[in-house]
Amino acid sequence: MEYIIIIISAIFVNNVVLAQFLGICPFLGVSNKVSTALGMAGAVTFVIVLATMVTYLVQVYVLNPLGIAFMQTITFILVIAFLVQMVEIILKKISQPLYQALGIFLPLITTNCAVLGVAILVIKKNYNLLEGVVFGGATALGFGLALIILAGIREQMDLLNIPKGMRGVPISLVIAGILALAFMGFSGIVK
Amino acid sequence: MNQLQNFTKGFFRENPILVLVLGTCPTLATTSSALNGMGMGLATTFVLIGSNVVISLLANVIPDKVRIPAFIVVIASFVTVVDLVMQAYVPTLYETLGIFIPLIVVNCIVLGRAEAFASKNTVLSSLVDGVGMGLGFTMALGILGSFREIVGSGAIFGYKFMKGDGILVFILAPGAFIALGYLIALINRLKKTSKS
Repeated sequence: MEYIIIIISAIFVNNVVLAQFLGICPFLGVSNKVSTALGMAGAVTFVIVLATMVTYLVQVYVLNPLGIAFMQTITFILVIAFLVQMVEIILKKISQPLYQALGIFLPLITTNCAVLGVAILVIKKNYNLLEGVVFGGATALGFGLALIILAGIREQMDLLNIPKGMRGVPISLVIAGILALAFMGFSGIVK
Repeated sequence: MNQLQNFTKGFFRENPILVLVLGTCPTLATTSSALNGMGMGLATTFVLIGSNVVISLLANVIPDKVRIPAFIVVIASFVTVVDLVMQAYVPTLYETLGIFIPLIVVNCIVLGRAEAFASKNTVLSSLVDGVGMGLGFTMALGILGSFREIVGSGAIFGYKFMKGDGILVFILAPGAFIALGYLIALINRLKKTSKS
């Protein structure tokens, strides 16, 4: 039951993009087409789950015993950068099609604040390893959901006549705002 | 380019948020009031200045291949400093900004300036660039924060000048997106008129 609450809360109620403002850059950057949005969502899910697991273990077995929890920021960002590089190299070696699909998004993910954000939140919320991984996965699904919805809407927008100043980022932000309003309807499901 | 131009470019021509649209996450998250927005802006400014100066000093020492990880370590060190200092001296602001203080590390502006400017320019220009960009960022956050605070709760810098509540949605998440969207649209419009 706990896990279901974590999942629903992370996907809908506290959606990572629309309620917590993490990962806005890729949210605006790669939401032109549904197909690229799907690729990005896949890559982010993969990295977030992996990064949450590794950073959690680093925090519990390295930083805490040594009493250097204040090094969290530096350590986590290095771990994430390292992981992303490694995933890229491994994917390239073992699975060309997967690399073709996700590879181009990987370098962008290091500076996706959702990854570091989730890693820090898991520690802050005192989750255990399994809860942390479930939370990370659900957050990533929430990110994917928001990204794909926005991409779907933006694809339709090509047909519209939008005022010049509003084209591109501004109109995407306004749409995201309306999406966020819609997602507010979920608040109250979970405390 | 003289130092004055170098300084002022962060405010208008290359404003990190309003023109380059970098670092949107903290922009949206911390501007529920003018004070929070500017607090975030100043924290980022400190990191920007520090990392710009140190990176321009080290640019010739760091091998090209490991440049990005090295930059990230420098930036993360300054973020840790800000994190600890704010925790000690402004605990309420620290509580409000929460997770977005450590997340300055992944703010595209900081790494962007390190890579695009500080690694190629002198210490003085990098310092000026850091101050200008940081204050431009703070200004944009201040504008957005003031707007959301005035419309959303009828107050400015915590001083309430209106009876009753404002339009609550502007304090909440959706208002952040919509307000920033229209602010950028306005800037686009102004840019066009000033060109023609």
